[in-house]
This record gives sequence, C-alpha cells and structure tokens, in this order.
Amino acid sequence: MTIGHLPALQVVIPLLAAPVCFLLGRWPRLAWLLASAVAWTTLVIAIGLWLQVREGGTISYAFGGWAPPWGIEYAVDRLNVLVLLIVSGIAAVIFSGSWESVRQEIPESRQALLFTNLLLCLAGLLGITITGDAFNLFVLLEISSLSTYALISLGRDRRALTASFQYLIMGTIGATFILIGVGILYMLTGTLNMADLAHRLGGLQGSRAMHTAYGFLVIGIGLKLAMFPLHLWLPNAYAYAPSVVSAFIAATATKVAVYVMVRYLYTVFGPEFAFSAMYVQWLFIPVGIIAVLFTSIVALFQHDIKRMLAYSSVAQIGYMLVGIGLVNVTGLTGALLHVFNHALMKGALFLALAAICFRIGNPRIENIRGIARQMPWTMAAFVGGGLSLIGVPLTAGFISKWYLILAAVERGWWPVVAVVVIASLIAVIYVWRVVEAAYLHPRPEDAETVAEAPPALLAVTWALVLANVWFGVNPGLVTSLASGAAEALFGGYLP
Amino acid sequence: MTTEALLVTALLLPLAGGLCIILTGRQPNLREACTLVTSGLLCLAVITMLFRVLDGARPEYILVEMLPGLAIHFEVEPLGMLFATIAAVLWPINSVYSIGYMRGNKEKNQTRFYFFFAVAIFGAMGVAFAGNLVTLFLCYEVLTLSTFPLVAHKGNDAARDGGRVYLGILLATSIGLLLPAIVWTWNVAGTVTFTAGGILADRLAGPALTVLALMYLLGIGKAAVMPVHRWLPAAMVAPTPVSALLHAVAVVKAGVFSVVKVTVYILGIDHVAGAPGIHWLLWLAGFTVIVASLVALRQDNLKKRLAYSTVSQLSYVVLGTMLLAPISIVGAALHILAHAFGKITLFFAAGSIYTSSKKTEVSQLDGIARRMPWTMTAFAIGALSMIGVPPAAGFVSKWYLLTGAIEAEQLVAVGVIVVSTLLNAAYFVPIIYVAFFRRESSESMLTYGEAPWPVVAAVCATAAITVSLFLFPGLALELVHRIPT
Repeated sequence: MTIGHLPALQVVIPLLAAPVCFLLGRWPRLAWLLASAVAWTTLVIAIGLWLQVREGGTISYAFGGWAPPWGIEYAVDRLNVLVLLIVSGIAAVIFSGSWESVRQEIPESRQALLFTNLLLCLAGLLGITITGDAFNLFVLLEISSLSTYALISLGRDRRALTASFQYLIMGTIGATFILIGVGILYMLTGTLNMADLAHRLGGLQGSRAMHTAYGFLVIGIGLKLAMFPLHLWLPNAYAYAPSVVSAFIAATATKVAVYVMVRYLYTVFGPEFAFSAMYVQWLFIPVGIIAVLFTSIVALFQHDIKRMLAYSSVAQIGYMLVGIGLVNVTGLTGALLHVFNHALMKGALFLALAAICFRIGNPRIENIRGIARQMPWTMAAFVGGGLSLIGVPLTAGFISKWYLILAAVERGWWPVVAVVVIASLIAVIYVWRVVEAAYLHPRPEDAETVAEAPPALLAVTWALVLANVWFGVNPGLVTSLASGAAEALFGGYLP
Repeated sequence: MTTEALLVTALLLPLAGGLCIILTGRQPNLREACTLVTSGLLCLAVITMLFRVLDGARPEYILVEMLPGLAIHFEVEPLGMLFATIAAVLWPINSVYSIGYMRGNKEKNQTRFYFFFAVAIFGAMGVAFAGNLVTLFLCYEVLTLSTFPLVAHKGNDAARDGGRVYLGILLATSIGLLLPAIVWTWNVAGTVTFTAGGILADRLAGPALTVLALMYLLGIGKAAVMPVHRWLPAAMVAPTPVSALLHAVAVVKAGVFSVVKVTVYILGIDHVAGAPGIHWLLWLAGFTVIVASLVALRQDNLKKRLAYSTVSQLSYVVLGTMLLAPISIVGAALHILAHAFGKITLFFAAGSIYTSSKKTEVSQLDGIARRMPWTMTAFAIGALSMIGVPPAAGFVSKWYLLTGAIEAEQLVAVGVIVVSTLLNAAYFVPIIYVAFFRRESSESMLTYGEAPWPVVAAVCATAAITVSLFLFPGLALELVHRIPT
C-alpha cells in the first residue's frame, strides 16, 4: 500500500518534516540529523519510483483520490524520475555533509531555520518535478523560490541581502509570468492537468491566446533557469549564499527549471507547436551559444571562485538550451544528460569550495595560493570536479558533451560543434587558474597555516567526485533513461 | 605469462612504480630504487612482448565500454610495439641519468619529479598500445598533464611561463582540433577502432578528407609541425632529463607516432592518397623541416638549438608519412627510433656539460672535449645520427625516407631531405669542431672534469645503442616491415 503512495510521499515527507525541523530550533544538530534523514528517505523513494518506471511505464497518482483531470495528478515517467533521482541524491549527499560548514557560517539561533528552509526547498523542487498539474507546479515553484530567497539571505556577507532581494524581484517576475501563462491556458481550455492540457491544446493551434500563453511561459521559465540574458540574478545569489546553500541550489535549482521548460515544450505544447509553429529553436540556439561563450569568458575574469563557478553554471545552462534547440533525439538526450551530470560536477565543485571556505573564509583566487599543500584532498577533489566540467573522457562531463557534439554533427551544424569545443577550452583556462594558484604558487609568508577540511565535508565532496567518475565510466544507466525519455518526448515528431 | 597479462602489466607497472615512489618519498635511496626496479621490470615486460609480437601475437584488452562502440581498449600492433619499446628501453637509462643529474644539481621536489615521470611513462605506454582513437586521446592528455609539473619543475616565473605555453598549445590543439576530428571520424565511420587499411574508405572522400587529415596533423600538437611547434622551445625551461624525456622518450614521439598511426590505421594510406590537395600536408612538413633547421642555425643556447633540431627532425617523420608510400612509412617508423636514441644522447650530453661546468651556450664550448671526452664523443655520435651519416642509426632511416621520396616521385621531398641534411651539418659540425679542435679560452679558470658517473654512463649507453642500430638494424627492420601498409 505504501508503494502505491510513493509519488505523494516523495513531496509530503520533506514538506511535513520542515516545520518539525523548525520546532527543533534549540537543538540545531538534531535539525540537521532530521534534514539529512529526510533527504535520504526522498532518495530511497526516488529509487523506488525509478525501479517502477525504468522500463518505460508511467505512474499516475491521483491526490486524495480525485481522479485526473479534476484532481491534482502526480505523474512519473522516465524524464522526471531522472530529475527526481539527481535532486534527491544531491540533497542527501549535501545535507549529510553540511553540519560543520553550517555550524561555522551561521549563528546558532538560525541553524535550524536554515535546515527548515533547505527541506522546504527540497520539497518544492521535488514537487515541481513530479507534479502533473500546471497550477500545482506554480505553487511548488513558489515554495522552492521563497525558501531559496530566505536561504540566500542567511549568507554571512551583508551583500547576501541585496543578492537575495535581487533574486526575489527577478524570481517573482518570472513566477508571475508563469502564472499569467498558466492562467491564459486555463481560460482557453478549462483544465490545469498537463496531459489534459496537451490533449485540448491540440485543437487550438492557430489561437493567438495560446501563443501569448506560450510566450509568457517561456520567458517566465527562462528567468528561473537563468537563460541568458535573464541570468543576472544568479552570480550574486550563488556567491553570497552560505556555502552549503550555494552547493545545493547550484546543483539542483536551475536543473529543475530546465526540466520544467522541457516539460512545457514537449508534453504540454508538443514539439510540433514549439518547433514548427513557434520556432523556439531559433531562440534557444543563439541564446544558448551566446550564453556558452559570453559567460565562459566572463568567468575567466572573476577573482571570487564562487562567482566564477556561478558564471560557468550559466554557460552550462547554455549547453542544455543548445541541446534542446538542436531538435533531435540525440540533442535532447545530451541536454537531459547534462542536467544530470552538471548537477554532479557543480555539486562536487561547490562542496570542495565549501571546504576551502571552511578553512580560509573568502574563496578568492589570491587567497588560495599554495593551499594544495595544506589541503591536498580538497584540492584534488576540486581538480576532479574541474576535469568533469571541462569534459575529459572518463568523467560524466564527457558523456553529455559527446552527445551534444554528436547531435550537432547529426544536424551538420559545425559552428555549434566549434562553440562546444571552444567553450571547453575556456573552461580549461578558468579551472587552470585555480589549479595554478593552489598548486604552483607558494603559500604567502603572512598567510595562516590551515588544516585539511573536516572529514564529513571531505567525504561528501569525494562521494560526488567519484560519482562523476562512476557515471563517466558507466553511463549506461543514465543514458538509457535520458534517451528513452527523449524518444518518448519527441513521439513521432521529426523536424 | 600470457601476452594479454604482459600488456596489462606493462600498463600498470609505471602506475605501481609511481605509487611506490610517493610512499618511499622520505628515503631518497629507496625511492630511486623504486624507479630503477620498476623501469627495469617494464623494460623486461615490453621486450618479452616485443618477441611475441614478432611471432605474430596481437594481444588486446578492453578496460571498460562507456557507450556502445566507445571503449577504453588497448591492442598491440607492430608500430605501437616499436614506440613502447623505445620508451621502455630509454626509461631505465634516463632514470640512471636523472638520478645523477637531479642529485648533482641539488634540485628540489625530487619525489614529485620521479612520480610524474612514472605517470608520463604510463601515458606513453597507453598511447603506444591504444586500440582506438578515444583511448589514444585520453592517454595523450594524461601525457600532456603529467609532463606539465616536470616542465615547470623549477617553479620560478620563467618555468611557469614556459609551462603555460606548453600546456596551452598542447591542450588547445588537442581539444580544439584532435577531438573534433575524432568525433567527425566517429560520425562518418561509426567506429574509431584502429584497423589495418583505415576505416574511411567508401565513407569520406574529396576535400573533406584532406581537411580531416589536416585536423589530425595539427591537432596532434605534440608532432610540432609548424605553426603549432612553439611549445617545444618553450618547454626548454625544464631540467635536462625532462627535456630528454620530452624529445626522445615520450612526448614528441607520442606525437609523431600518433600521426603515423592515424594515417595508417584510420585514414588508410591508399585511400588518403586520393584526396585532393593532400600534398599540401607534405609541403607543410617540408617547410617545417627547412625553416626549423634555419632557426636552429641561429640559436646560441645549446638546448634551444637542440629543440629546433627536434622540430625539424619530427617533420621528417611526418614527411615520410605524408609521402603515403609503404617504404616511406617504414622510413618514418625507423626515424622515430633513430631520432629517439640520437636526440636523447645529445640532450644527455648537454645536461652533462651543464652539470659539471654550468655552460649552456654553444659559444662557451671551446675545447671542452679535452675535459669531457666521453660526453663529447657521445655528442658527436648523436650529431652524426641527426645528420644521417654512418655509422649512426640516422643513416638507415634517412635512406628509407629518400628511397620513399624517389619512389613516390616527389622531387620536393627529395630536395627537402638533401637541403636539410646540409643544414643539419651546418649547425652540428661547428659544435663538434670547436669542442675538439679549438683551445679553451684562457680566461676560464674553472676546473672541472666529467659529470657524475651515472650521467656519463647513460650518455655512453645511448650513444652505443645509436651505433648498434646502424650495425644491426635487423630486428627493427623486421618489426617495421610488419606494419600493415
């Protein structure tokens, strides 16, 4: 009987655990333990769901017994189970290793608050992914966004407040756009269930109202996923949030937004409408390419390593947009793989950075000179994550870039191949700057001697680094999910 | 041991050696013993394998298959065997030399040095035995990255700048050109496995094939064809044993080896010969041979002169390959071998001079042969091999290259070989002359003799091998004639 309720439990457990976590305010360590346990539980549930749908089946769960399309439906297929796995997996790993870092960066009175918000954010992200209802998606999006604003504002730098405020304004505009889009769709069709929407929109192809709804949704979701040039909120948000929060949202939040984009384009509007009527690929390809090149170059000039990685994230999202814009199964597979693999690599990199912050505070390039001798394991983990970010074979990053390049070659779009390659080269340079500072420069005379990061933090960092290697060597599990999902999404549509 | 087990052993030994080196880092004598024992064992394993390969064995080993058809796959064939043998034979000799040099010059961070040296040898073994392009690419990058700490060993600004150029050019060419070429090959052929006769026949022809060949040639930046040769002189900031490793044992040889391997086993020499404008690649190689020699002529710094000489000699191999005749491929393969032993002798000699006298410029070498007779005799033999005069190995390979050029009726190539031989003589003979026949300038009050004995022993060993390859080329010829051209 529990098995049948797994889709609901996936969201309800973290949602209900959040207030409990808040009640544990006086015992932050307990709050942390609870949050970690809940995150692991969600991972177990996600694996349970995966086992049920990996052969291509779909789970439909009617909330409260109200049959869809009237009630809220939770629908699980190969596309969102991939995202559920990565989000819950990253949450489990990061929450478990977060204690030392949170204890150092956050005043004791607010530590439980941080875990409460992390759980809310997790519940929101998982909910967005699993729900099959357009309005429910908006509600959960707001839950995750509001908790993210709170999380960012907990950063110890005062600039965290302005970063949070900036994100609040931009995020709210995005959410409003999404709400307007969903509202118009509701007016047009009288339904909010995604499958039902897709069915009814099929008969409304020429409708101008539908075009308007489409426009609002693409731009609204584009804001949430930091599509260039709507990415300006992201670097500050990542840079000034508490280290653990940066790691968590960098690895998950934008990825979930990419999923929402894919869901709307393919499931709700359908590839025919999105690509043959609205030509969204002619938005995504240029925007993606500019994002990849421009923000990679901006990343080169950052002194704060967190900001550097944040800009690199915008570039990586560019890859995903390019993958979608290539409009073929291989490209979409590549984009979905990159959603998964980018979560792994950015998680690893931001956790390594959290370990560095734990010892030296401010992770600027000039502050980490010679640190590799004193924190060899942390820096080795950073190099591992960096290799994956560059896309070196035997790491996860290689697999997704391989698919993206293949997809571009399939279309005969050589300039896109060149862009992927050039951006990888730029990634080599910005990762190298860190490596050179940490390994090749002597530690300045006046710098304090630091010790290796605490074992728990190191363990989770390395868990993600090894995951990068594991999924680079044995990508079969993820590629079969992603290519299966991509084929199903395209249906019979061929451009 | 089965031949497959030997193959795995040859790949794992350098890594295991590297681990031992780190673990014994505190006791220098034990650490050096690790290097020597591992390199000796590797040499033994590879030579055993060499004889089995001559008997027709073709062992292979698949580590993992990442995507269908995309695997980490090792397979031994005659050309790779040749390269592996060069690296495996030179590693122990180079280790003896390194120990003498590093201790003689009191270099810092020696554990790091020996560790990355072992990793670089692993990379070279991987390149030699790679069974497909992806494995080759991976090992090629391992080699690039592991040699960086060696190049920038001194850690001062000059070393860092040199290292940056080194890494920058090698990574930019390999990721920017080699990787897309591999993807392209995969896309048209559906496979990237090295196959006798190439995999592109009936699949890619016309100007596209020429472009692909050019992408391979420039993408394999380690082959140092102009205009991607700048990393080589930049890497001269490294300690001399590293330069020897770069120029003779691993790095540049991995480059030209990859060029030959890709031409023979991917492009297919008969197939690519029909591509329009393919002779431009030949001319590019010829241009590099001549221009690099001219530049070498003007260098006063001994190591710089040797570096440009390497650029020029490497393009002989490319030239031989791009003649696209079976006999010239034999010449190219032989030249990999001959140049390896000749050039390592020259570098060892340059390091020997530096260790005992701290002299680095050609103009300081007047009369030095009286103080260092062994070193300078070995230097002379190495130089003869570079010029291609008996009794040195360079003569044999040049013979085959010239025969190939005449057979292919490429008069430009014949001209290039003749002119460059003269140029080689012009920049090496004066060194020999001043070293042996000029009097030492009277201002020099330094008293010094031969370098430490490990250094001298290594120089003499490689010089002896250079001569014996001329006298007894049978084994090498047998191996290279087995390359399926």
